[in-house]
Amino acid sequence: MAKREFSESTDRIVATEPVEVRRYATHTRINHWFTAALIVLLILSGFALFWPPLFFLTGLFGGGQNARFLHPIFGVVACFSFLLLFLQLWKLNIMRREDLVWARNIRELLDGQEENLPELGKYNLGQKFVFWGMFWLLLAMVISGVMIWQQFFPDLVSIPVRRWAVLVHSISAVLSVLIIIVHVYAAIWTRGTISAMTRGTVTGGWAWRHHRKWLREVARRQDTPPAE
Amino acid sequence: MSEHTAPPPTTAVSNPPVEALAPNLGDGDIVLASATPDLPPPTRQLDKLAKLIDISKCIGCKACQSACIEWNDTHPEIGVNFGSYENPHDLTSEMFTLMRFNEYEDPETGDLDWLIRKDGCMHCEDPGCLKACPSPGAIVKYSNGIVDFIHDKCIGCGYCISGCPFDIPRMSPTKHVVSKCTLCSDRVAVGQGPACAKACPTQAIVFGTKDDMIAHAEERIADLNTRGYDKASLYDPAGVGGTHVMYVLPIGDKPEEYSGLPADPKISNVVQGWKGPTKSVGMAAIGLAAVGAVLHSIFSKPNRVTEHDRVEAEEMVDDILGPEETAELATPNDEGKA
Repeated sequence: MAKREFSESTDRIVATEPVEVRRYATHTRINHWFTAALIVLLILSGFALFWPPLFFLTGLFGGGQNARFLHPIFGVVACFSFLLLFLQLWKLNIMRREDLVWARNIRELLDGQEENLPELGKYNLGQKFVFWGMFWLLLAMVISGVMIWQQFFPDLVSIPVRRWAVLVHSISAVLSVLIIIVHVYAAIWTRGTISAMTRGTVTGGWAWRHHRKWLREVARRQDTPPAE
Repeated sequence: MSEHTAPPPTTAVSNPPVEALAPNLGDGDIVLASATPDLPPPTRQLDKLAKLIDISKCIGCKACQSACIEWNDTHPEIGVNFGSYENPHDLTSEMFTLMRFNEYEDPETGDLDWLIRKDGCMHCEDPGCLKACPSPGAIVKYSNGIVDFIHDKCIGCGYCISGCPFDIPRMSPTKHVVSKCTLCSDRVAVGQGPACAKACPTQAIVFGTKDDMIAHAEERIADLNTRGYDKASLYDPAGVGGTHVMYVLPIGDKPEEYSGLPADPKISNVVQGWKGPTKSVGMAAIGLAAVGAVLHSIFSKPNRVTEHDRVEAEEMVDDILGPEETAELATPNDEGKA
């Protein structure tokens, strides 16, 4: 079997007429959607406490006191869930030389001209940016969040540090929502992407167009050598 | 309840009237409310009130603490001696005011001064707690200057603790609401001064309109000046717009010596940045990004997989796998296995 550089062990071609490729295993998809659901709950409860016109959203959680109690608990669970996702995805999200070329030609991509873009592995720079952005922002939010977790850590840090923590927490939250908007919209704009996280598979055409090295490697890994 | 409304108090020493009076402080007197940008304007302007604490007259008897506990019906824990007269050791959600003791040696004369300051909410004209609070109406400021916590609306987040420049609000670990001195808003509403001022045996704590208190402080400072305290001053810090609890400080040029009374308190720039630009710029950026995504989806073509891509993919897979394996894999055959 060929060595694995651009694909996960669970990635495989599941059909050839037409070509269909498994991109995310079931456990990865469950992990992704569980994290996503928690992040939605975090955004609803967090922004209710960040922007007064949204305070009414605390009603979804049974009022302000409950929203205040639940938000950090959602946060801790979301971080563990993201950590599991991180352990599955980080390797193929490491930056590579071709990512720079891709970034330099980003305009052409938006204009629908992909001929000059380099062949890519499982992820492009945009996807890697979403991945690492969420990683660092969630890390910032969980650390600053514990510092302002009044109920369980009232005296963990001094008041001046708490002020910085709440500022870092809110800026990180705003940035992560921006990243999520990019993430969701890119998945919609790039037709054929969403099935990767729903059914777990993408079409061969999608894989060839966007992640050619990945497709090639997945195919090669499945090519059994001729019998001796 | 009587038809008559209680007059606003001008002193803490008068005895209560025999007649039951209607409260004079209501929702129409609120001039600032937390997380409420569209607060209706107040229906009237009350005289600004203030409590003046003359440190030169304070004997450290803690009658004010006792009166505060009694009036507010709080139950501070029984404390232990840790080598200071301070008891309890800090403000708590059950102790809204605390005598803080500090031994100060004058660097020039070597004289020892025992500095006793009654700590508690300063009732800022520009309250940092109210600015930080995310719950609409949980912290209010009345037109007479009193800053009050409305416990029913408090969500227990502790943001006010970060907002306060004086380290005053305290969270109850069991009730999950913050508490602090109310300047006895419930007594003021029926024409009475604060319980601490009423109980003070030396009238080191006096209460009335802010103008009266400033005038009284000036007399006191003039008196202190003649008695060797030429730096005596009124503590009414401008950084928070002035306060409705003021001190006469005999050592007026060194407020920090009074157990860390800040020389120039103001709402932290970090808090201002969090509640200001982060909120406005942040929400605008999120709004723009969302609108931008919608507009892009309407006005530009999506990135679609073409027939060419599909054919290329099939050729690539066929080339690599060879005809036999390609045929074996023709239709999905491992559903659920991955």
